[in-house]
Amino acid sequence: MEPTGVPDAAYYQRVVDCQWACPAHTDVPEYVRLVGQGRYGEAYLVNRATNVFPGILGRTCDRPCEPACRRGRVDEEPVAICRLKRVAADLRGDVSDRLPKAPRVPNGKRVAAVGCGPASLAVANDLLPLGYAVTIFEGATEPGGLMRSSIPAFRLPLEVLDAETAAVVDMGAEVRYGQPVASLARLLEAGYDAVFVGSGAPRGKDLDVPGRHEGDADAHVHVSLDWLASVAFRHTTAIGRRVLVIGVGNTAMDCCRTARRIGGTEVTVVARRPRAFFRASPWELQDAMEEGIGLLTERAPRRFVVEHGHLVGVELDELEWDERAEHSRVVGSTFLPADDVVLAIGQENAFPWIERDLGIDFGGADLPVVDAVTMSSTRPGVFFGGDAAFGPQNIVWAVAHGHEAAISIDLHCRDLPVTTRPSLQGSLVSQRLSLSQWSYANDFNPVGRQETPRVALERRFAELGVEVELDLTAEQVAREIQRCLNCDVQTQFRASRCVECDACVDICPVGGLTITEDGPEAAVRARLTVPPAGGAEPFYVSEPLPQTRRIMVKDEDLCVHCGLCAERCPTAAWDMAKLVLVQPRAGAIGRAVTVG
Amino acid sequence: MPSIAKPLVPRAPLPRNALGLTVRDYEGPMSTLCAGCGHDSTTAALVQALWQSSIEPHRVVKLSGIGCSSKTPTYFLRGAHGFNSVHGRMVPIATGANAANRDLLYLGISGDGDALSIGLGHLCHGIRRNVRLVHLIENNGVYGLTKGQFSPGADRGSASPRGERNDLSPIDPMLLGLSLGATFLARGFSADKVHLVPLLEAAFAHRGFALIDVISPCVQFNNHVGSTKSYAATRAREVQVTDLLAPIAPAAGPPLAGTVPDGGVLDVPMAGGGELRFRSVPPGYDPTDRTSVAVHLAEHAGRGEVPTGLLFVDESVPDVHERHRSTQQPLNDVPFEQLCPGAGTLDAIQAAYR
Ligand SMILES: Cc1cc2nc3c(=O)[nH]c(=O)nc-3n(C[C@H](O)[C@H](O)[C@H](O)COP(=O)(O)OP(=O)(O)OC[C@H]3O[C@@H](n4cnc5c(N)ncnc54)[C@H](O)[C@@H]3O)c2cc1C
Ligand SMILES: Cc1ncc(C[n+]2csc(CCOP(=O)(O)OP(=O)(O)O)c2C)c(N)n1
Ligand code: SF4
Ligand code: SF4
Ligand code: SF4
Ligand SMILES: [Mg+2]
Repeated sequence: MEPTGVPDAAYYQRVVDCQWACPAHTDVPEYVRLVGQGRYGEAYLVNRATNVFPGILGRTCDRPCEPACRRGRVDEEPVAICRLKRVAADLRGDVSDRLPKAPRVPNGKRVAAVGCGPASLAVANDLLPLGYAVTIFEGATEPGGLMRSSIPAFRLPLEVLDAETAAVVDMGAEVRYGQPVASLARLLEAGYDAVFVGSGAPRGKDLDVPGRHEGDADAHVHVSLDWLASVAFRHTTAIGRRVLVIGVGNTAMDCCRTARRIGGTEVTVVARRPRAFFRASPWELQDAMEEGIGLLTERAPRRFVVEHGHLVGVELDELEWDERAEHSRVVGSTFLPADDVVLAIGQENAFPWIERDLGIDFGGADLPVVDAVTMSSTRPGVFFGGDAAFGPQNIVWAVAHGHEAAISIDLHCRDLPVTTRPSLQGSLVSQRLSLSQWSYANDFNPVGRQETPRVALERRFAELGVEVELDLTAEQVAREIQRCLNCDVQTQFRASRCVECDACVDICPVGGLTITEDGPEAAVRARLTVPPAGGAEPFYVSEPLPQTRRIMVKDEDLCVHCGLCAERCPTAAWDMAKLVLVQPRAGAIGRAVTVG
Repeated sequence: MPSIAKPLVPRAPLPRNALGLTVRDYEGPMSTLCAGCGHDSTTAALVQALWQSSIEPHRVVKLSGIGCSSKTPTYFLRGAHGFNSVHGRMVPIATGANAANRDLLYLGISGDGDALSIGLGHLCHGIRRNVRLVHLIENNGVYGLTKGQFSPGADRGSASPRGERNDLSPIDPMLLGLSLGATFLARGFSADKVHLVPLLEAAFAHRGFALIDVISPCVQFNNHVGSTKSYAATRAREVQVTDLLAPIAPAAGPPLAGTVPDGGVLDVPMAGGGELRFRSVPPGYDPTDRTSVAVHLAEHAGRGEVPTGLLFVDESVPDVHERHRSTQQPLNDVPFEQLCPGAGTLDAIQAAYR
C-alpha cells in the first residue's frame, strides 16, 4: 500500500470528527477539557474564536457535530457537545477584556452589510479588529435577525442574545436600525469598498387553497415567520384556543410551542408524511410532544372552512403514502375545527430590493449565484452569506459563511484576488508529561450521556420567556466531559524508531493497530487485527518498518485516543500530540504548514 | 507502570470462543514490566492461544519462580489458579500440584535465569519424569529483574550495554531437553505471534512435559547493538525450521508419524486425539526423530542461527501419572475415608512388610 507519508494537518483534522463536521470548525475537545477544568472563560473564548455566538449556539445549534462524534460510534450516544458549550457560556464570568477590539486607527476602508443577522455580525466580528468601518443596515429595530424574530425566547433568552450580539456591535459597528435597504443600486453608489448581503430568507411560505382569504380568514391564518416575529416583538400576545399548525419542520415546532404559551390549549400539528419522514430535529419534536401538542400525520389541507364570515376550521385530505413516502394518493377527508391556523411549510428568499441589472446573476429559486468558497457574487465586491446565499440553513452555517466572506472582503479591499486565500495552519504538540503521564485524562469512562434537565411542565407556560432547558448540573458536567475521547490528541508515528516488539498492537483496547506484510490494499485490509468498520475516517499506513519491512497500519475510525500505544512503546515511536489548528481568518497571510 | 488499565470499550461486539468467552476474558491486570518487554508480547500470545483453544480459565494453574518473566502469570487469565514460587522452584511445585490433581492444565512461566541457573536441576528432572506441564522459558539472555547480569541463556560473545562480553557458553534448552528425553520441544519469538500461538496451542494438547523456549527480548538491558538477543539480532538469526498449521486438526487418514516428507505436510497424531499438522518441514527434518533433530539443531547453533518452530515431538511416552498408575481422580474428589483410611489400615500395611 502507498504509505500515508508524514500526515499533515489536512489528514489529522479529519480524525477530529466533531470539529471536522462543524461548519465553523469549533475546537470541541479543547473546550470540553477546559470546561472539565472549570476554565469556563477560556472554554468560551475557544468557542467564540470560531462560532462567535457560543451562548446562542449552546442552546440552539443544529449541532452537526454530534452525529459525527466518535463517542457515538462507541456507545451510540455522542457527547453532549452543544450543551457543554452552553455551560461554558453561562459560567464564563467576565471575559470582556479578552474579546477582540477595533484598533484606534481605522484602516480607511468602508464595508456595508445588509441585515443584522448572524451572517453580517460574523463579518463585522472579523473585519472590525482589522480597522474596517462596518455599517450594517437593518430593517428591524434590534440586532440578531431570525435569532431574535423567529427563535422563541423559551429556547433562547433575550439576555443571551443581547449580550452576544452586543459584543460584536459594541466593537464599533454602525448599525442603522429601521433602515431596510430598498435598492442595492443606491447602496452601491454610496461608494463602499465592499458590500455584504446577509439579509436572510425572510419570507414564510403561504398556502394558496380555497378559503384562504374568505371572511375573517386573513386575520386567523398566520404565516410562520411574520407571526413568530410579531409574537417576539410583542405585537401579538394571544391566539385562539384551538390552533392548527400546518407543517412539521423545526419552524412548526417553534410555532406550536409558542401557540401553546399564548392561549392555545388544543394545539395540533398537521403533517403530510408519516412520522419517520419528519424534518424536525428529534429533540425539538420530543419537547413539543412533552408539552401536549397533538400530532396528526398523513393529512394535507384542502381548504379553509369559513362559515358566516368566520374561520371555523380546515378540511384535510387523508393521504396514503408508498413505502419511501415519495408518492401519495388521497383516500378520504377530515374536518378539523380551529380558531387559528399557523402555516409553517417553509421559508423563501426574497430579493425585491436587488436590481437585476447590477451584474449580480440569479439562478434557480430566485437565489443569487454565489461561489461556495469565496462567498462572492458574480459582481466583484458584492458578497453573500447566511440564508441569503444558498437558501435557509442555520446559525452556525451563517457564521461560517461570515468568516469566509470576511476573508474575501479583506482580500478584495487589499486588491488581492479572493481566490488566493489564507489556509489552515496546524501543528502537533506532544502531550507527554512523563513516561506514562499525559496532559489530558486519557482513561475511557463508560458513563452514558447526561440528559439535559428541563423546567417542570406547569412552570413553562407561566410566561413566554421561561427557558425550558436548564444547564447540566455540576455532577452531570463532570461526567459528560469524561465522555469526550480527546480526538484532537493524535497518535503520531515515527516508523524509523519502531523495533516491532508488538507492544502497541497488544495493548490497543480496540484492536486498531496492525503490523503486517505490505501488499495490495484489499489484502492488507483482510489481515487487520479488527476488520475495518468502513467509516469515513482515514487509514494510517506507515513507511516500511526498519527491521522486517512490514508496515504499521492504524484504523483511525476505531481509536479512542487512550494513549496506551504510546505508553507501551519502548522507543517512543508512538506519541500522543495535540493537533493545534489555526483556522484561516481575514487578515491572515497564511500558508499550509505540514506537521509531522 | 501504565497510567490506566486497558479499558473495555464497548465497540463492535468481540468474537466469542466455544465457551462464549471473548479474548478480553483471558486477560489480567496491567503489566508492570518495562514498555516493550518481550514478556508482555508472550503474555499476549498466551491469551490468544488460551482463548482460541477454548480452555476454561478455572481449569488452568499458572506457576512461576522469580524474575520479570515469572511475574507475568499475574498479567493474564485472572480467573485461573496460580502459585508464584521461590526462585527456580516452579517445577517441583508444579509436579506436586499435578500429582494432586491431574485434571488441570499446568502452565509454568519461567525465565532463562530461573530455569537454567538456580532451577536447572528441577527442570531436568521435570523433563525426565514427563510431568504434564507446559513450561515456557522466556529467554532474554539476562537476569532482567536484577538489572541485566548475563544469564545461562546468554550467547558467548554477546555484549552487555556497557560492552563487556559474555565468555561462558550458553545452555541451549532444546539440546538439553533432547539429551534428557524430552517429549515436546519448541522455540518461538515473542514478536512473532503468527508462529508462537500455534506452538502454545500444540503444547496445551501434549501428553507430557512441553518445553517452549521463547526468545523474549529485554528492552531494558539486552536490546542494544552487540546483544545477540535483541529484537533486531533475533530477526537476523532466526531460521524457521518447522511451521505449524492451525495446530490440532481432527485426525485425517492414517498417521504419517515417522515418515519424512519432502518439504511438505506432516501429520503427527496427539495422544489426546487429533493431529499436529506441520507444513514446510525441510527435507530430511523429522521432528519425531531424536537423533536427526539433535544433529540438525547442533548444525544451526554452530552457524549462530536460532532455529524456531516445533522442533521435536514424541507422543508415545507416558506421563508421570500413567507411569505410576496413580489415581484418575483428583485427590480433592477422593472421599476422605479412602484418601486417609486411618491408623488401622496403616498398621495392616506395615504388618504386611514385617
Ligand atoms: C422558526 C425558526 C427557528 C429557527 N431555529 C433555529 C435554531 O434553533 N438553530 C439554528 O441554528 N437556526 C435556526 N433557524 C435558522 C436561523 O435562524 C437562520 O438560518 C439564521 O438566522 C440565518 O442568519 P442570516 O444572518 O443569514 O439571516 P437572518 O437571521 O435571517 O437575518 C437577516 C436580517 O436581515 C434583515 N433584512 C432583510 N432584508 C433586509 C433589507 N433589505 N435591508 C435591511 N435589512 C434586511 C432582516 O430584518 C434580518 O434581521 C431557525 C429559523 C426559523 C425560521
Ligand atoms: C534464591 C534467590 N537467588 C537470587 C535471587 C535474585 N534474582 C531475582 S530474579 C533473578 C534472575 C531472574 O532472571 P530470569 O529468570 O532470566 O528472569 P528475567 O527477569 O530475565 O525475565 C535473580 C537472580 C532471588 N530472588 N532468589
Ligand atoms: S490511542 Fe493507541 S492504544 Fe489507544 S485506541 Fe488509539 S491506537 Fe489504540
Ligand atoms: S510499541 Fe513501539 S516499537 Fe513496539 S511495535 Fe509498537 S511502535 Fe513499534
Ligand atoms: S528489565 Fe527487561 S525483562 Fe524485566 S521487564 Fe524490563 S525489559 Fe522486561
Ligand atoms: Mg532472563
